[in-house]
This record gives sequence, C-alpha cells and structure tokens, in this order.
Amino acid sequence: MTMDRQPMIDQWYPVALASQLPAGGRATQLMGTPITVLPGEPIRVVTADGRDLRITVRYGHVWTSLGDPAKELFDIPEADQPGRRLVEVGVVRVRCSPLRAVENFLDIAHFPFVHTDILGAEPHTEVGKYDVEIREQEDEVWATKVQFYQPQAAKSATGGITTDYMYRVPAPTSTVLYKTCPARPGEWDVITLFVQPLTEELCDVWPWMALFDDETALTDLIHFQQMIFLQDRSILENQIPRLLPLDPGREIPTRADLTSVAYRRWLKRHQFTYGAQLVAQ
Amino acid sequence: MILYDYILSPDAYKVRLMAALAGVKLNLRAVDVHPGREHESEPLRALNPAGSIPILLDGDLILTESAAMLVYLARLEAPTWLGDDNAANAARVQQWLAFSRRLTDHLGGARATEMLSEPGDLPALQRAGTLDLRELEAALTERRILGQTFLASDRPTVADIACFPYVALAPDGGVSLDPYPSIRLWTRAIRMLPGFIEMPGIHRLHELKPEPLSTETPETV
Repeated sequence: MTMDRQPMIDQWYPVALASQLPAGGRATQLMGTPITVLPGEPIRVVTADGRDLRITVRYGHVWTSLGDPAKELFDIPEADQPGRRLVEVGVVRVRCSPLRAVENFLDIAHFPFVHTDILGAEPHTEVGKYDVEIREQEDEVWATKVQFYQPQAAKSATGGITTDYMYRVPAPTSTVLYKTCPARPGEWDVITLFVQPLTEELCDVWPWMALFDDETALTDLIHFQQMIFLQDRSILENQIPRLLPLDPGREIPTRADLTSVAYRRWLKRHQFTYGAQLVAQ
Repeated sequence: MILYDYILSPDAYKVRLMAALAGVKLNLRAVDVHPGREHESEPLRALNPAGSIPILLDGDLILTESAAMLVYLARLEAPTWLGDDNAANAARVQQWLAFSRRLTDHLGGARATEMLSEPGDLPALQRAGTLDLRELEAALTERRILGQTFLASDRPTVADIACFPYVALAPDGGVSLDPYPSIRLWTRAIRMLPGFIEMPGIHRLHELKPEPLSTETPETV
C-alpha cells in the first residue's frame, strides 16, 4: 500500500457472524491488520495494539472499519420486511482480490457454464440488453432490467423460468442481488455477498439472504447458496491477474459486462483501489 | 436408503456419486455442517459418535465410513464396481480404500483449513497431501504404461470413487494438480463416466461436448 490514505479504510466490512462468535473471540484480519472480534454486550473489535474499532451489527454480521466511516452501513430495507427468512450462509475463504469476488457476483454470462442446469444452461447463454447506472444521489452502482433463463433459479423453483434481476453495489466489497421470488410474485428475493478483505489477494466471503420461502428447510437454503458460491470459488482462484484491473488491458469487456465496467469506473472514481491493479499489464 | 449429506463434503459426494453411477436412489437429509455444526449435535452423535458426515442408513444398517458405503452400494446394485474378480485386484481395491483415508486427512484437512477456516496446520497438511498425490501419480502412471486407466482393475471400481473427490478438490486446499498429468487424465476419465454427477468445485466436462457443427459437414466418426 502507498503512503496515501486508502479511502477503502473508511468503509464498513463484515468480520463475523454475530450468532457464531466463539467464546474466545474470532481472530481474523482486515486489510492486512490483525483484529479480534470479541463476543459480549456490546460486541467489540480490537486491534493487536489495543485499539477499539467502530462496530455495527446488521444483517446477521458484525461490521467494523479500520478508519472512520462517514456514513452508516448501507440500508437494505427488505431485511426488515416481515415474513422474510434471514439466512446466514457462513464464511468461505477465497484466494482472490475482494473486488474480484464482487465483480464475479455481478456477472450473468457465466451462469450456464459454471452453474450449469441451476442458474443457467446451454444453449440459453445470451445475456439480453439491460440498464446500468451509477446513481449519483445514493452513490451506488445499479443494474436493472436484467433477464436470464434459469433451469432452477432458487431452491423453491420447480422448473425453468426467466428470472428478473437487479444488481446493486452499495459499498466497494458488498453487493446485493434482487431476483424474482418464485414463492411470492411481485416481491424480490434478496441475496447478498458481503466480502471481508483480508489482504489485497485474499478474502473471506459471507453470503447472506433475505427470502420469501416458507417451504424449504433452512439447511437446504444454506446449502443451495454454498453450492452456488463454491462453484464460483474455483473460477475466482484461477483468474489472472489476482488483482482486479481497473484500466482496459488484456480483458476485453462485452455488452454483457456493462455492470462490471460501471463497477470498475465507480471504484476508480472513489479511489477504492485496495485489491485493484491500476496500471494495465 | 437415507444419506445424511452435506453438499460441500467430499466424503458425502463419494456416496452420492457412487449411487448415481450404480443407479441407487438415495433419500438425502441435508446436515447444516457449516456454519451450524449440526453434525456435532446430540441426535447425529447418537447415530455416529465420531460426529462425522456422511451417515448412511438402510433399515437396521448404520454406516459411518464412506468406503463402507461405497462397497455397500456397489454390492447391492453394481457388483462389477467391487473389482474383486481376482485376489490381486480385490487387494488393490482395499489398498486404495485405505489410502483414501489419507487423502481425507491431508488434502481434506488442507481444504477445510484453507476454505472453511477450520483449525489446522496448513503447510504441514499441504506437504502431506503433496506426498499422497506423488504416490498416486506414480501408481497411475504405471497403470497407464500397462494400458490401464483406473486404479485397481480394467474398469472403474469403488477405489477410484473413494480417491477421486479429495484429489479433484486439491486446489481448494491450495494444492495444484498441474504437476500430475496421469492424475489429471484419470480425473477426466472419471468425469466421463455415464451417470457422473458434479459437486461444487468439480465441474463437468464442458470441453468434451461436441463442437457446434456446420450443416455442410455431418458428424462422422
């Protein structure tokens, strides 16, 4: 890291499941800094040199920051909607840039090839036209009107459906996906990926969901999401370079990659470059 | 037949894979291993004091070792998978079933440590897993020189299924398969078997699907 203060220091990051804190605390790290998440009332996050970090507990997770976040943690209004089941999926470590973990989540085109017969299937590989914008007021990346044919879009889906999606990036390493809710048409299922940057090339990923689904056993919901994410993991660990390139270089974006392009542009605008490759190689 | 299952468990996957290959229908019971640690709960400890997954129930029979489950499924519905047509092959199968335990301990341990933040000495587990892979690579290379594709017989057996998942998932634990050409050919042969099923981290063989053909050149073999 450079001597300049990295703006990502002042962001919130997930560092533990509030419900799963071991008695002795969870020793982990955040952006290269060792920290310990301590259970209790209130939960504390401390650094090795005894500094107490700011914390907030939301969406099942303990969130903290090495710096001084100017804003509260982003809001997901659906999280408080009655009738939703809140699903804590757990943590998966991935040897990739935290920004790459988010970027892969925003990609639709890989569904038929990585999540075959679940989130996509050949020959239904075309990603139709969709809208992408950086919303100035919220300062978030949004992709809307995304549609994709899916053989089994959710645990509660019984056959192939064309699924509507919206993608949202409210923080550099957090992303929220809204998708057609098979159990309750008119509502959106919420599936998130909260990424804890351990280093620039290593992250802990905490998927979390808020779903309308009264039928499926909780364990099955957890396993469906773990299956999906573990299918991604082996791809993520093989991406080269490990850091996410912010400038055009060897990677040639296509129309299907508009969300990724907007995400990279937004990262660059804010100098959110922890885990990014700045000069194309 | 009930399998207490976990989608990310390579040992549970072995049993699902063998059942798929043998045409046995399993009734799957998902166990919240991560993050819930349900496999250590009282009801599951009552079935399996070791607190491990998978567990296979069939009537009065309770099996808690995946190698035993593979043998049971093969004996029921696909006896050629036992590979016991002669004394040497039968012994080879047993040899590799026992060897698969080392894969679980070493490569499986590295994977659990690296991926699911379980406690473990990652470099030591990776070193031990690498020794296992070198041993397997040498054996498979010898088999190939003899014109054989699989570990213990001239056809796939329970030995191959027992060893396959932790080997194929070695990269999950930070152990590359790049140095092992015979292992990679062997995993490919297993992924080509009729009825093969995937698990997260073990992808199907897209690359073996037929290339799109132009209408002028009908497929010929």
